Amino acid sequence: MSTAPAPVPMPQAGEIAAPPETYLHELARRLFRQPAAVIGVIFLALVIVPAIFAPIVAPYDPLAQGLGAPFTPPTLQHLFGTDQFGRDVLSRVIYGGRLSLSIGIIAVAIGLVGGLVLGFAAGFAGGWADEGVMRFVDFMLAFPGILLAIAVVIMLGPSLGNLMIAVGVGGIPGFARLIRGSVLAAKEEEFVHAAQALGASSLKVMARHILPNILAPIVVLITVSLADAILAGTGLSYLGLGAKPPTPEWGLMLSDGRDYMQVAWWVSTFPGIAITLAVVGINILGDAMRNAIDPRLRGRV
Amino acid sequence: MRAYLFRRLLTLLPLVVLVTFAVFMMEHLLPIDPVKLMINNEQGGELAPVVDAKVSQQEYLTVKHELGLDKPLLVQYGVFLYNAAHGNLGVSFSTRRTVANMIEKNAPATAELAVAGLFIAIVIGITLGVVAALRPNSWVDAAAMGFAVFGLSIPAFWLGIMLLLFFAVDLGWVPVLSTPGLVGLILPAFTLGVRAAAVLARLTRSSMIEVLGLDYVRTARAKGLRGSVVVIRHALKNSLIPVVTVVGLQFGGLLSGAVIIESVFGRPGLGSMTVTAILGNDFPLVQGAVLVISLSYLVVNFLVDLTYPLLDPRIRMGA
Repeated sequence: MSTAPAPVPMPQAGEIAAPPETYLHELARRLFRQPAAVIGVIFLALVIVPAIFAPIVAPYDPLAQGLGAPFTPPTLQHLFGTDQFGRDVLSRVIYGGRLSLSIGIIAVAIGLVGGLVLGFAAGFAGGWADEGVMRFVDFMLAFPGILLAIAVVIMLGPSLGNLMIAVGVGGIPGFARLIRGSVLAAKEEEFVHAAQALGASSLKVMARHILPNILAPIVVLITVSLADAILAGTGLSYLGLGAKPPTPEWGLMLSDGRDYMQVAWWVSTFPGIAITLAVVGINILGDAMRNAIDPRLRGRV
Repeated sequence: MRAYLFRRLLTLLPLVVLVTFAVFMMEHLLPIDPVKLMINNEQGGELAPVVDAKVSQQEYLTVKHELGLDKPLLVQYGVFLYNAAHGNLGVSFSTRRTVANMIEKNAPATAELAVAGLFIAIVIGITLGVVAALRPNSWVDAAAMGFAVFGLSIPAFWLGIMLLLFFAVDLGWVPVLSTPGLVGLILPAFTLGVRAAAVLARLTRSSMIEVLGLDYVRTARAKGLRGSVVVIRHALKNSLIPVVTVVGLQFGGLLSGAVIIESVFGRPGLGSMTVTAILGNDFPLVQGAVLVISLSYLVVNFLVDLTYPLLDPRIRMGA
């Protein structure tokens, strides 16, 4: 600890970003050498691109009723058919992607931020903070998956915003545990000790020296969590605990489709395909990322 | 073994306390005043989320006292625990029957569904995992792992609807609403088990590949043992430890999956009961259901922990 970090180039303010960048470049190269990664990106693009450009791409207003007769089967006018109010299912699937994907993304952001705070508190500070955080994580994991989200929705009341919070809170323990473990390992690295010896504040050490070095496993967990969050969010909306009619949202559309499946298979089929495409894409991409980050696992997991 | 059991119990107990306390606190964290909720319910009013019953201050305090809500929080928690331990979980707002009675009535169907789902998951998952591990990077492997990725990604409620569309609406083999008995159980159990099967298949595969490369497997093969004996007795048994852990974790997923699956198939059970209760603001019923589901999850995970010593002698010896 007392030895000066002489051989290491003296870090200048704002100029330490170079090593992680080349590492990320290499990761990207290893990632897209795998055909699976490309397939994953294509699947994802199929749902994300139309969602982003929904006002341009969607043929009709997703809320407009009576565009065709109710339950018109797929035709050239309505590629995915129409629902019980004569609304265009294709337009609703395209707009629904905006909501269903945003719910997933915001929920993961909530889980990530919560996990970063708890994980760093536990891993960096150690001691009673570590003990407290880990017990809290155990406690949250004691509720099976969706039940935690349901409990949060009940306490906050069913609404879109609360749905995101509910799903997001469920993601906190996973992030906290992973980040704590990575921080514990990273804080014993020499470059961290060096930065501390140079007088860097704890916050700076965490943000500039530890975080970039534990980014890889976090990114993998973000993708996995995003897949799960989309499933949980659409699932809760399916149960009526999230989006409210007439909002175009995939889970809600499936719930309508379940009611009318004996007369109109298309109402439930297409939103489900959209969810599956998005989640399969994310999962394939996540697997490919894992392989790229840890070549030892290649061909194994 | 006894020391191991004791250690596991020591970690279980604080969790039981925390979980029961959290479920107890739900009542106090609700956006609704429980006293007004109760008065409104007694007056037979609508169970709207915003309760605005007209009561005098005196009546309000009386009801609050009757409910024990004027006592210190820890005392209330003690009373809650005492009542719960005696099977007294309150009365459902919507059915006017006791919560314990409703849970008792609905639990067997959910347990049946979860166990059947788990069975399907284990059979499909471990079979696919082993088959894939025996020929890594072959087309069999690719097909098995492709199934696994889809199994992880397909929303269970959608898969359920698609299966119903095909088998109930198109083929007419099963009714659209789930019926009691084995036939009515197959589709929901399969739908429920697919995700867990996918997780188990991936895990079994990686665990098997690792074990198949170890020295003792090579020794067993060198001794001239038949391939199937090596795979089952030597490799599979030793690769199952991580798998068993995950089976336990998956059981929680199955319990929460049942919440959605029961609604899709119109099956009675704890899950559909909970959803109905939430949508109807039947708070005592929700609280009871959350308590029972989370406690059974804790117990199942505890039981799973107890199986490790059976699989791993090192734990049995107390190492």
